Amino acid sequence: MDFGDFLLKNLRQFWELTGFANAEWGNLVMLLVGLFFIWLAIKKNFEPMLLVPIGFGILIGNVPFNTAAGLEVGIYEQGSVLNILYNGVSAGWYPPLIFLGIGAMTDFSALIANPKLMLIGAAAQFGIFGAYMVALAIGFAPDQAGAIAIIGGADGPTAIFLSSKLAPNLMGAIAVSAYSYMALVPVIQPPLMRLFTTKKERLIKMKPARAVSQNEKIIFPIVGMLLTCFVVPSGLPLLGMLFFGNLLRECGVCTRLAKTASNALTDIVTILLGMTVGASTQASQFLTPQTIFIFFLGFMAFVIASSSGVLFVKLFNLVLPKEKKINPLIGNAGVSAVPMSARISNNLGLEYDPSNYLLMHAMGPNVAGVIGSAVAAGVLLGFLA
Amino acid sequence: MNKRLLLILALLMGGACALTAQSRKAVRINEVMVQNTPEGIADEYGAHNAWIELFNSNFAPIEISSIYITTDTAHRAVYPVPLGDVNTRMPKRQHVIFFADGEPNKGTFHTNFTLTPGRDNYIAILDADRSVIDEVWVPAEVLPGQSWARTADGEGDWALRTGGESDYITPSSANVIKDTNKKIEDFAERDANGFGMTVMAMCIVFSALLLLCLCFYGIGKLGSYYSRLRKARTKAADAGEVVKARDVTHDSGEEIAAIVMALHDHFDAHDRESTILTINKVKRAYSPWSSKIYNLRQVPEPPRHH
Repeated sequence: MDFGDFLLKNLRQFWELTGFANAEWGNLVMLLVGLFFIWLAIKKNFEPMLLVPIGFGILIGNVPFNTAAGLEVGIYEQGSVLNILYNGVSAGWYPPLIFLGIGAMTDFSALIANPKLMLIGAAAQFGIFGAYMVALAIGFAPDQAGAIAIIGGADGPTAIFLSSKLAPNLMGAIAVSAYSYMALVPVIQPPLMRLFTTKKERLIKMKPARAVSQNEKIIFPIVGMLLTCFVVPSGLPLLGMLFFGNLLRECGVCTRLAKTASNALTDIVTILLGMTVGASTQASQFLTPQTIFIFFLGFMAFVIASSSGVLFVKLFNLVLPKEKKINPLIGNAGVSAVPMSARISNNLGLEYDPSNYLLMHAMGPNVAGVIGSAVAAGVLLGFLA
Repeated sequence: MNKRLLLILALLMGGACALTAQSRKAVRINEVMVQNTPEGIADEYGAHNAWIELFNSNFAPIEISSIYITTDTAHRAVYPVPLGDVNTRMPKRQHVIFFADGEPNKGTFHTNFTLTPGRDNYIAILDADRSVIDEVWVPAEVLPGQSWARTADGEGDWALRTGGESDYITPSSANVIKDTNKKIEDFAERDANGFGMTVMAMCIVFSALLLLCLCFYGIGKLGSYYSRLRKARTKAADAGEVVKARDVTHDSGEEIAAIVMALHDHFDAHDRESTILTINKVKRAYSPWSSKIYNLRQVPEPPRHH
């Protein structure tokens, strides 16, 4: 072999390792999806904190390479850097850390001041089980149906946590679907809220909530954790961390820990979670007919969840005295897309009455939705795992 | 170091030791074959000797080195599981097989005792302090090629397994082989449309949040009752103070002000400070590597379209 042949052989081998030689149409489609997510985040400002990491993760996960070469770069190749980072998703320990941060960020005062709003958070979980029934009708097995249906909880970490336990093969599609619809909450919810409410109902002004004492705020996470986890121990990782984070925030003596949990820790985990979930959507795993069904079911779940929250408030108003009526525009906030869905309630309320601020009222069902979806995930895990 | 910190550390270490000790208690004798046959499992040398299967009933790995396995009811002659073998770390809910061939030189999983066919065999596993972790009597009726096993992994009664269709012998694997998830099969069969799951799950979700709701109604009411009580007490105390203040006339503000003025004059106190201003030149070598404007701390703002 002369020197020219030697060079040519090595260049040919190198070419076989490049993305150009290994690209398939599926990779290109997924790269476009990733670019679309990044565009949505930057240009449309839809949940940029989530869609930028997920979108870029999709790009990372879909750069084609020769899997037979044993480069140990793919997210599904054991021991690769991406695979190590992905362990937080596959073993399910990123979601509880995110919940710790959510707990440390969330002020439960609105809920403590008006505990009946918790029931709206419970009613919105109909979305999960409505989607579960549709998923079974389509032909999914009960465990897969449960994993898909949790998208209706509008809670990315919960969806990832549950799907990693019940249907790990569907986790990428479920996570991307959950986060996509969370980003699209401002598009999905307002038409439903308008559809199910009358103008008179949209103008209902709710009484400002009472002031909540420091003691009540401290008791809430302790009692909340004990009560919910005694009922659904399988929700312990999520609920335990959520309430622990909240105790750090409210106790007043762990300010540094609360700040770290709500800022640095949440940011770090969000970056890793978003990026690895995005990277897990390798075309070969992601572009399947099941993914289309999952996106359809996710949409159904969001529609049912938002509608059932609004309709439950209307039903609830039938038994409430006139001065205690609830504005049904806060019903959509029962899904746990915090605080986006509460903001939507507020914006829609202001659209019909510029003096009707619903944000604080909507935060009640919104945070109840977080608890409700974690409980629902625990129930599904308990029944199906 | 702070004494309290030391105490906490000591408690934590004690707790950790207790946990380790407790976890080894989860090792179970799971299945025993006294007379192996050529059709049965062979060791790494191809020999078909009696075997004892242990099971880690924990949901965490357990290190079994330095535990003892014995057939001596007095627990004197024992086989200590050797240290330094990575295979003695049992993964969660997994099994290991020890061959009772009386040839410990063959490796970690070969005991220094044998089992005796035709009579009852006592087998026990002991912790490092010789306390019994688990023990079993294997009856003499167990024939060659048959095993004496628990009905389920790590729990349940012991029963004879003949190697038939329904009572299969399972060295180094689960005593009950599950090829499907029974729970999911049940749901698929009995609740095909998911209505049952929906009703049950929504009842649980509602009850959990209703419980929380009622609890916080109660706590709220209790809180407002105590705050009313506190207010009433403060009011009463304030009223008492006012009455007392009327009686007290000797420490009025004027008198205090006069005393302070007198002291001020006496000590010639003044509040004029020396007005020396010192300016020191601080020299810092400039480098673009240490310049704030060159690092990327500021996140670029995306353009907003209104």
